[in-house]
Amino acid sequence: MSVYVNKDTKVIVQGITGGTAKFHTKQMLEYGTKIVGGVTPKKGGTEVEGVPVFNTVQDAVDETGANASVVYVPAPAAADAILEAVDAELDLVICITEHIPVMDMVKVKRAMEGKKTRLVGPNCPGVITADESKIGIMPGYIHKKGHIGVISRSGTLTYEAVHQLSEAGYGQTTAVGIGGDPVNGTDFIDALTAFNEDPETEAVVMIGEIGGTAEEDASEWIKANMSKPVVGFIGGATAPPGKRMGHAGAIISGGKGTAEEKIRIMNECGVKTADTPAEIGETMINVLKENGLQEKCKTH
Amino acid sequence: MNIHEYQGKDILRESGVNVPNGHVAYTVEEAVEAAKKLSSNVFVVKAQIHAGGRGKAGGVKIAKNLDDVRTYADELLGKNLVTHQTGPEGKEVKRLLIEEGCDIQNEYYVGLVLDRATSRVVMMGSEEGGTEIEEVAAETPEKIFKEVIDPVVGLSGYQARRLAFNINIPHELIGNAAKFMIGLYNVFVKKDCSIAEINPLVTTGDGQVMALDSKLNFDDNAMFRQKDVMALRDLEEEDEKEIEASKYDLSYVALDGNIGCMVNGAGLAMSTMDIIKHYGGEPANFLDVGGGATAEKVTEAFKIILSDSHVKGIFVNIFGGIMKCDVIAEGVVEATKQVGLEMPLVVRLEGTNVDLGKKILDESGLNITSAESMADGANKIVSAVK
Repeated sequence: MSVYVNKDTKVIVQGITGGTAKFHTKQMLEYGTKIVGGVTPKKGGTEVEGVPVFNTVQDAVDETGANASVVYVPAPAAADAILEAVDAELDLVICITEHIPVMDMVKVKRAMEGKKTRLVGPNCPGVITADESKIGIMPGYIHKKGHIGVISRSGTLTYEAVHQLSEAGYGQTTAVGIGGDPVNGTDFIDALTAFNEDPETEAVVMIGEIGGTAEEDASEWIKANMSKPVVGFIGGATAPPGKRMGHAGAIISGGKGTAEEKIRIMNECGVKTADTPAEIGETMINVLKENGLQEKCKTH
Repeated sequence: MNIHEYQGKDILRESGVNVPNGHVAYTVEEAVEAAKKLSSNVFVVKAQIHAGGRGKAGGVKIAKNLDDVRTYADELLGKNLVTHQTGPEGKEVKRLLIEEGCDIQNEYYVGLVLDRATSRVVMMGSEEGGTEIEEVAAETPEKIFKEVIDPVVGLSGYQARRLAFNINIPHELIGNAAKFMIGLYNVFVKKDCSIAEINPLVTTGDGQVMALDSKLNFDDNAMFRQKDVMALRDLEEEDEKEIEASKYDLSYVALDGNIGCMVNGAGLAMSTMDIIKHYGGEPANFLDVGGGATAEKVTEAFKIILSDSHVKGIFVNIFGGIMKCDVIAEGVVEATKQVGLEMPLVVRLEGTNVDLGKKILDESGLNITSAESMADGANKIVSAVK
């Protein structure tokens, strides 16, 4: 079992003829992901890495039976690409694209209300279920199959955490990058809910950063609903207020969204936090020990 | 992106949102000429810098005649204005806004921001105009009212009226206030604003509702479709290194420390600053080279770090995903060839093409300390700089 994606997920790549998409299509295929098609308007009938390209998402779905898509379309057209995938009633759309205008995403979120499609991202590394399916841009080799779920607003910090867990012998079920934008599809609570219900997942790592109150809201939810231990980390403790730290969503404004406040509330709600990003793995292992889960989660 | 108050007011005026008449002036003579063009007996001379708190810092003067305008313009132009947002070094005043004075009855606050919890734009209003909204939120949160806006419908008339009633705008001016609010929201959407703050919004003796101040910030990600807004950018208000970085799509923020950082990914870049601090060092910058960086971009990033005279050592921390380690390595080698390197350099590489990246660094003959992990790297650079 896993969350959101598994070996049967059939994926189309939106924007497949772009350079980044081509590179990662190859990487995803090598990992074993079922990439069944690609979409680039006016490039229908061609192939990328042996994958057939279609003009529209609907064509690709009709021909291949795909149930998920990954979006590499450049920012000015990315919101439109997400809407096209939603219109084709895919179960899952993972948007890797960074720098999408906020107002575009406000409209996308509104248009997705009541629709069946789950959006992950934008501005995220994607979703990977180790040894089954890698949808996105993460380096596959660091992920090992196991029992820890990972949720993160940051791509590279996800790799950092996964790498530490794998090196220590603790594999993962699924790693979900929810992205660094202020408006995103899947949030912490959505992903925590999925991991809570997943029988293979025994514990969860949640990686946040400064800006907004998503970590605080998630902590309250964990306290009330989560039956599995959660370990956390917040990036940006030294970030100056009022400055956007790379991610559109990573900004302390009006005294809100500081790392200090997030860590305080996480701890209050029973989420142990790592002091440095280098100690995420270690913190998790200690929590597994305390909960008698160490043996079960040690996978290799 | 930020713009000046007078530029924000020009945008509002063009869109039919009520603001006082006024003109920008770069010299004392222009200030007097600007005042002559206005049909008013009282003028306001306002220093234009990208920072709030100008009034309290003495950057806003009331002039009763043209001689006063001349005196105040002379006093303010070239002056270093220190406000709570400029830092102790202050900012030099190079532009003035000369505006018609108005008969203020009451001051209010109206602002638009993205509400992350609902993924929608909210309009906030308060009768505590002229005060920082954060202060109002902390001390009297019951005085802040919000309207969450459906992006399909826009700000509805009833929402604008409700907000106007809630903040106690006089009944005879509710219609004018609602018109103002709807106009402001329309500008916010049309121009891809990230913040539109009117503080204070005022009612006047002759029955007007207008913006006495305006703060418009814009969504950097939408600037590709806002060429006219981009044209308003004032480079003199920005950090030189940040301008240079933005030319190459690098995300850079200058800080006060002496350890330069080059990292991929915003989260890792922030955490790299954190871990340097944790081990007793001080980061000189936040720098995210991003996912699609080329060797050329990495070279420029490295040059920007080296151009900061405070930097005494550099930590390169890369976990390649979309970013390939060999590209980083090539950029580092190229940059050091171009500009030389006379300080400690610690490099930690992991992820996509890591072996190739390490090989390039090894074969470069450069004096590079390699680190096995992020903690190892942070430790090494902190001790090297001490």
